[in-house]
Amino acid sequence: MSGMFFHNLRLGATSLRRNPLLTALMIMSIGFGVAASMVTYAVFRAVSGDPIPQKSAQLFVPQIDNRGPQYNRHGEPPDALNYTDAMALMRAHKAPRQTLLFQVGLSVMPDDAQRMPFKAVGYATFSDFFNMFDVPFQYGQGWGPGQDESREPVVVISRALNQKLFGGANSVGREITMDDRHYRIVGVTENWDPKPRFFDMFSGNAYAMPAQVYIPFNYAVAQRFDTYGNNNCGSDGKRGDDWGSWLHGECVWVSAWVELDTAAQAEAYRQYLDGYAREQRAAGRFNWPPNNRLRDVAAWLDYEHAVPPESRISLSLALGFLVICLVNTIGLLLAKFMRRAPEIGVRRALGASRADIYRQFLAEAGMVGLAGGVLGLVLTGLGMFGIGLVFEPQIAQLARMDVSLVLLTLVVAIAATVLAAFYPTWRAAQVQPAWQLKSN
Amino acid sequence: MMQIKPILAALKRHKAGTILIALQIALTLAIVCNALFIIHQRLDRVARPTGLDESNLMAISTRYVGMDDKDTGAAIRGDLAALRQLPGVEDVVSINSYPLRGGGWSTGVRVNVDDKKPKGHTTLYFSDEHTLATFGTRLVAGRNFQADEIGEADPKSVGDPAVVIISKALADKLYPDGTALGKPIYIGDTKKPSTVVGIVERLQVPWNGNWSDTFFENAIIEPFRLTGSFTNYLIRSKPGQLDALLKAAPAALYKVNRMRVIPSDRGVRTFAQVRERAYRADRGMAILMGVVCLVLLAITAAGIVGLTSFWVGQRRKQIGVRRALGATQHDILSYFLTENLLIGVGGVVVGAVLAIGMNLWLVTQFEMARLSVLYVLVGVVALLLLGQGAVLAPALRASRVSPVEATRSV
Repeated sequence: MSGMFFHNLRLGATSLRRNPLLTALMIMSIGFGVAASMVTYAVFRAVSGDPIPQKSAQLFVPQIDNRGPQYNRHGEPPDALNYTDAMALMRAHKAPRQTLLFQVGLSVMPDDAQRMPFKAVGYATFSDFFNMFDVPFQYGQGWGPGQDESREPVVVISRALNQKLFGGANSVGREITMDDRHYRIVGVTENWDPKPRFFDMFSGNAYAMPAQVYIPFNYAVAQRFDTYGNNNCGSDGKRGDDWGSWLHGECVWVSAWVELDTAAQAEAYRQYLDGYAREQRAAGRFNWPPNNRLRDVAAWLDYEHAVPPESRISLSLALGFLVICLVNTIGLLLAKFMRRAPEIGVRRALGASRADIYRQFLAEAGMVGLAGGVLGLVLTGLGMFGIGLVFEPQIAQLARMDVSLVLLTLVVAIAATVLAAFYPTWRAAQVQPAWQLKSN
Repeated sequence: MMQIKPILAALKRHKAGTILIALQIALTLAIVCNALFIIHQRLDRVARPTGLDESNLMAISTRYVGMDDKDTGAAIRGDLAALRQLPGVEDVVSINSYPLRGGGWSTGVRVNVDDKKPKGHTTLYFSDEHTLATFGTRLVAGRNFQADEIGEADPKSVGDPAVVIISKALADKLYPDGTALGKPIYIGDTKKPSTVVGIVERLQVPWNGNWSDTFFENAIIEPFRLTGSFTNYLIRSKPGQLDALLKAAPAALYKVNRMRVIPSDRGVRTFAQVRERAYRADRGMAILMGVVCLVLLAITAAGIVGLTSFWVGQRRKQIGVRRALGATQHDILSYFLTENLLIGVGGVVVGAVLAIGMNLWLVTQFEMARLSVLYVLVGVVALLLLGQGAVLAPALRASRVSPVEATRSV
C-alpha cells in the first residue's frame, strides 16, 4: 500500500514537471491565498482570544442606566458607572468578590536627583482586584480589605517598574514617591497583561501598554485624583464646577466588576441591580424603569467590540481571497487532469481501477498543496512584517508566527488543495478507456 | 456575432470550466469593487485638510510633577515665555488639544437660551490670541481675540466665555443664513451667551474616527488658557528651523522646570508625525486592499490563461478543420475572444449582485457607507478587459493553428 503511495507520488511529480507553468500557477495561487488568510487569522486569533479563560464565565460587569431613555445610546446603559452607583454596589456587597477601578496616571520621582521623573499609568482599585483577576505576584501580595477602608498609601507595582526602580530586587516594604506622595510597596506583580485588557475596555485600553501601578481606590478618591481614563458625561451631562459636584454628579468614569460563581448568584445579582434602580426611581433620581445589564467577560468583549473592525474586515476579505484562489486551482487542476485523458484511458485499460485513478490524482494534488503551503509559509512570514502597516503597533505585536500557525498553514494548504482536487479527479476517473483509446 | 450559437454549444460541453471561470470573475469583481470602495473612502478621509498650515509645526505634550494645580497657570506662562525666546520660534500656544491629536472636548451648542436640543455638536479648543497665527488658520470674518480678553481657567470649572471664534462649518450649521458673526451661542447647558467675534475658514476636531464624521469641522476656540498639570504646546517654527526646535524646545522646557514629564513616545512630534500616526490604520488598510486587488486580478488573469490554453490545446483538431473549411485566422481569434466575453458577461452579472450583497453585509457589520454603482461599473469594465487581455495570448496561438492539423492523427 505504501509502495503504491510512493509510486503515486512519483507519478504526480513527473506530471507536475511536465507542465511547469500550470504547476507554478497553482502553487502561487494556493500560496497567496493561504498566506493572506494566515496573516489576518494570526491577528484575529490574537485579538479574539479569551483573556482570562479560567474565570471568564464568573466575572461580570454591572451596568446601570443613570441617563434614561432620552439620553442613553440606543437604549443601552453607559459603559461605566458614576461614583454614586459604583459605591452603592460596593457597600451593598451582594457579590462574593467585587471591585471598582479607574485609570490613574502618576509621575514617579526616582530617588536619584539626576534622573528625570517619568509617568507610570495604572489603576486605582479595591483589594479584591488581585484575587478576582488571578494577578500573579513576584514578591509580596495585594493589599487587604482593611487598607481599602483605611485609605492607606500602599502600592502594588509591576515587575517592569520594579526592575526600573530597584533593579529587580524584592522591594516589598520600601517606599516610592509618586507626584509628591509617598507610597509603601506591598507587592510586585509578575508580567501580567491580559489582552485584550477586558477590565478596562471603557477607557479604550484594550491593547494599551501594561499597567505599572495599582493603588487603593478610596485613597485615590480621598486625594482627589482625576481619572486618567475616560470620563463620559453624556450629551446632556454637566461635568460640574468643582471636584465635589463632579464626584457626586452623573458623569460615568468607574468600571465595576463582580465575581459570581453560579447562575443562581448571577440571577440574584440581576434582581439586586433592578431593585437598586427601583429604589433610585422611588427616591426621584431616575424617572425611568430599571435598565441594567450584567454581562460576563465574553459578552462584554463582544459588546465593546474588542476585535477591531480592521481585523474582521481583513479576515473576511482574506477568506474571500482564499476561496477565489481555490476556484482558480479547481479550474487549473481540471485543465491539467483532463489534458491527460488519453493517459488515463491507457491506465484504465491496463487494469487500473477508478480508486487507483483517485489515489494517483489526489496524491498529485496533495503535492501541489504541500508546495503551496511552503510558499504560503514564506509569504506568511513576510506578511507578519506588514501587519504593522495596517494595525496599531500594540495589536501588531500580538500576532506571532508559532508552531501552531505553521502547522495550520500547511494543513489548510494541503486540505484546501485536496478538497479542490475532488471534482477534477472525479472527472478524470469518469474517463471512458474505450473512447480514449479509439479516438487516438 | 454570427458565432454566438456555436460558442454556446461548445461551452455546454465544457460546463465545469465555464462555470469556474465565470465564478472566479464574479468573486473577484465582488471583492475588488468593495476593496476599491474602501480604499477610496480611506484615502478621502486621509486627504481631509485640518485647516492648519501643517508645515513648520510641532507639538509637545507635558505634565508637571508635584506642582499644585493653582500654580500651573504661572508655570505655563513661564514655559510660553521661554519657548518664545528660542531662535526659530515664530509663535507658540498652550492648548488643550489640536486636530488629529485624538483626545479632546466635545459638547452641544444652542443658538437660543431656551432650546432643549443642541443645534450643533462641536469640539472646544482652549487657547489665547496666538492660536490663529500658530495654527496658520485664516479668518474669513470678524477679528482675532485681543490680549485683554484672554483668561485662565481650571479645566474642572471652565466658565462661559464672553467671546468665541468658531469655524465656518459650525457658523453655517448654527446660522445657516450666514449671519453668525456677532450673534450669541450657548455652549453646553449654559444660560450665558458667548458672542461670535471671529470665523475661521476651517478647523478640524481632534478626532479622525467615524464617530466624529458628523461634526468633523465644527470647532470653537475659547479665550482661556487651561491651567492644570497637563498641557500641549503647539509651536510654529520659522521656515527650515523645525528640526533644530525638536531638540531645543524640550530642552528649554526642562531648563525652566525639570519637574515635568515629556513622554518619550509622542511627547515631542512634528505635525507630519501627528498626521502619520492619526492615519496609520487608514493608510495601512488602503495599502492592504490595494495589494489584495492586484494579486486577485493577477490570479484571475492567470486562471483564465490556464483554462483557455487547455481548451485551445483540446480543440486543435477542430480549429484545423475550421481553418481547412475556410475560416480565417481572424475568425478563430474572434471566436475565442467572443467566448471569453460571453463567460465574462455571465461572471460580471453574478459578480455585480455579489458585490452589492457583500457591501450590504459590510454596511451592517462595520457601519460602512453604501457602495456607489460607479464602482461596480468600473469593476465590470475592468474585469471584462482583464478577461480579454488574458485570453489574447492563447487565442492568438489558436489562430495560428495550421489547417494541416485537421489531417493529423486521424
